[in-house]
Amino acid sequence: MITLTINGQQHDVDAEPDTPLLYVLREDLQMNGAKFGCGLGQCGACTVMLDGKAVFSCVIPISLLPGREIKTIEGLGTAAVPGVVQQAFIDEQAAQCGYCIAGMVMRAQALLEHNPSPTEEQIRDEMTPNLCRCGTHMRILRAVRRAAQTMKRVAL
Amino acid sequence: MNARPQPPELSRRQLLAAGGALIVSFSLTGRSEADETGATPSPAKEAALPGSLAKTPVLDAWIRVDGDGRVTAFTGKAELGQGMRTAVIQLAAEQLAVAPESIELVTADTALTPDEGFTAGSHSMQDSGTAVFNAAGQVRWLLMQAAATRFALPVDQLTARDGFVHAPDGRSFGYGALSAGLSLHVSAEPATGLGDPKSYRIIGKSLPRVDIPAKLTGGAAYVQDMRLPGMLHARVVRQPSPGARLRSVDAGAIERLPGVVKVVRDGDYLVVVAEREWQAVKAWRALSAAAEWSENAELPEQASLHATLQALPARDIEVLTWTATAGAAVKRLQARFTKPYLMHGSIGPSCALAQFSDDGVTVWTHTQGVYPQRGALAELLRLPPEKVRCIHVQGSGCYGHNGADDVAADAALIARAMPGRPIRVQWMREQENTAEPFGPAMVTEVSAALDVEGNIVDWEYGVWSNTHNMRPTKGGMFLQNAALPEPLPVPPPEPIPMPEGGGDRNSNPLYAFPNAHVVYHFVPTMPLRISAMRSLGAYHNIFTIESFMDELAEAAGADPVPFRLRHMKDARARDVIEAAADRFGWSKLPLAERGRGRGFAFARYKNLGAYCAIALDLTVEHETGRVQIGRVVAAVDSGQPINPDGIRNQIEGAIVQSASWTLYEQVSFDRRHITSADWSGYPILRFPAAPLSVDVHVLDRPGQPFLGTGEAGQGPTAAAIANALRQATGVRLRNLPLSRERVKAAVGV
Repeated sequence: MITLTINGQQHDVDAEPDTPLLYVLREDLQMNGAKFGCGLGQCGACTVMLDGKAVFSCVIPISLLPGREIKTIEGLGTAAVPGVVQQAFIDEQAAQCGYCIAGMVMRAQALLEHNPSPTEEQIRDEMTPNLCRCGTHMRILRAVRRAAQTMKRVAL
Repeated sequence: MNARPQPPELSRRQLLAAGGALIVSFSLTGRSEADETGATPSPAKEAALPGSLAKTPVLDAWIRVDGDGRVTAFTGKAELGQGMRTAVIQLAAEQLAVAPESIELVTADTALTPDEGFTAGSHSMQDSGTAVFNAAGQVRWLLMQAAATRFALPVDQLTARDGFVHAPDGRSFGYGALSAGLSLHVSAEPATGLGDPKSYRIIGKSLPRVDIPAKLTGGAAYVQDMRLPGMLHARVVRQPSPGARLRSVDAGAIERLPGVVKVVRDGDYLVVVAEREWQAVKAWRALSAAAEWSENAELPEQASLHATLQALPARDIEVLTWTATAGAAVKRLQARFTKPYLMHGSIGPSCALAQFSDDGVTVWTHTQGVYPQRGALAELLRLPPEKVRCIHVQGSGCYGHNGADDVAADAALIARAMPGRPIRVQWMREQENTAEPFGPAMVTEVSAALDVEGNIVDWEYGVWSNTHNMRPTKGGMFLQNAALPEPLPVPPPEPIPMPEGGGDRNSNPLYAFPNAHVVYHFVPTMPLRISAMRSLGAYHNIFTIESFMDELAEAAGADPVPFRLRHMKDARARDVIEAAADRFGWSKLPLAERGRGRGFAFARYKNLGAYCAIALDLTVEHETGRVQIGRVVAAVDSGQPINPDGIRNQIEGAIVQSASWTLYEQVSFDRRHITSADWSGYPILRFPAAPLSVDVHVLDRPGQPFLGTGEAGQGPTAAAIANALRQATGVRLRNLPLSRERVKAAVGV
């Protein structure tokens, strides 16, 4: 049994220690946000936050995770009460098929938590690990900029 | 998964009664006469019914109103991430005069919805949208007539609003009460008052996408998110190359791994089933390592692929011949363009669920065509079609025929071996990249002559390509067929005929040339497994035509935009070209400096769908060949826009996706295996290379038919990039992709 801290809650998980976090989130905890995209750390569909940093949950075994803070998109808000970044993505209609979007939101969240006023170049660099195939990049970039603006307003 | 409340089931008998008579009278005309959606042309006497009503004319196949006044709309098309669900809801809401959020929409399900073939070819709005729009309008009319009888008032004094029919004196009846005595099980009429297009209140508005909030908050949105009670996880060990034979496998050790329920071997089809997903992945890795294969596949040499393609036997199909008197030719240009195999490259690898019971099999699938899939699966499983139910559940964006159908066949085959247990099959990344059917490689050769005034007087064009449609309409077309012990016959590939075309899609220029000759050299032999990929042959044909138009303009000493207008008679095309050029500021910009260029291109998708013109600028780093797209401006005419932001989203996506295809992408292979097995072997566009800005201008065309938009931007984007590169570097690149290596080599630094 391994204890994981996810979105501030403790979960006892009965899974093999080499199981990547992604499989535990999706199967044991029935969370849909993090997605399987490649299992290779190449596409970012599985992005979650670990101790405040964006990571690929498909390649991190749960044995490394006790005592660490995991945050997923389910921890940011709900459809009724979305978080700031989620709301910015809704406002910009920044999705087509949407399969990559939860990962995009988590990477943007991590970026804005450590750099609330990123430049355009910093946003593009930071979002580089995450792939979108529908070509929604322009809207995703707009959504990240909008979220940064909102956070600034809220902070003032 | 509780994706949506299920409406009362429309009985199969009703549906059959609805379409049966017509189907009998004009079905079975053969694959070659079908368009990309699989639809067969309607006979003339049915042509009066618009869109998919021609095939399924009964109203309650599309719209139902229950006793509480709740409206359910039905479509045989599927949400693929293109926003179809939202647009269809808008269409029904507009005609029924109800709030969009009050409408329940049921999409592609062989037990519930009309058969609309494949969701493909940018047909959803023109086929299904048109059918729902007209059916909803007729249902509103019937409800108002029923109210008129009850009020004893003429119908033209009544108004329908928010689910009620109102009389001028303040009385009103709800749709639920009115529907009680009303049968909607009647045939649609050819002509109905659909209202003044200028007065529409819901269509033409950018209603936010109904599916986006769940996707942003961890809601169950995809087939990958389904979890059924008792579900098992399966992985397939694929044949490593076409025709590979499974020589031996020692499955004993794998069957003893934790969680493994079963190893299934059927001929060369090898599967492991486990309780938990990670257990299935680990067992699959072990089973893959244990399997010993005999391989004898021989793929073509990648470096000389296009010469190989042109040397294969071809069936020549005459696309068009135009002859007219024209000025004498004083200059002739010719060129050859090539396109590699491209990958759909869904971010989420294909996935499906299936469950067998005594009643048959239910398959949850992200296929583009539930009905064709049902027929093909029934053949593969040797079951009657009524024992197979296919329910569409959204997957990751597919952009054409990817692994969606094959993974559904995996799920069904494995579920048959494990009756009663729901089976979930998830392809791994390397399986998606190596087993999906690719977008075909293509070659075009074009030559044209200019007269002394710089007008095109002659145009000669040939395109070499495989078919662009190997969608499984027959059991033998599934990937698994070749691995199973008793394979079904594989139907020969057929071209999709014009006017929509396949390899020859958009090979017919929309420009007015006095003399022209276009031939499709249809190549039946398929060196790699291929099928439909977004825009089919249009991407390469438009890349060719619009690159060559710039070459001709340059030879004529003309600016590319006026040169296009000079050869264009179609008024809507001219409007789109002028709108893009104006908004870009084409005529005002200074000429290029070294390393910076601008490009323009235009096409009307299929010469039947949306019109799209694109102007862009870019910079080239001469030392590395790296291209950065700057500002992109597009103008699009999709007929009456249903959801303008939906159109902008589709065109923005087309531009960025096409930029990725055009600058980076090609499937790689050695003489036996596909080697572009992951994202490092098949790089696509990442954020730093996204254009600096994309501005899409949607023309308003009230009352004009809805035109498919999802594939309109890809071809023009490719040519606009090539044209801008020519200006930036002085070099004309004609072989896709216009990669960093090729740009650098051409620039010669």
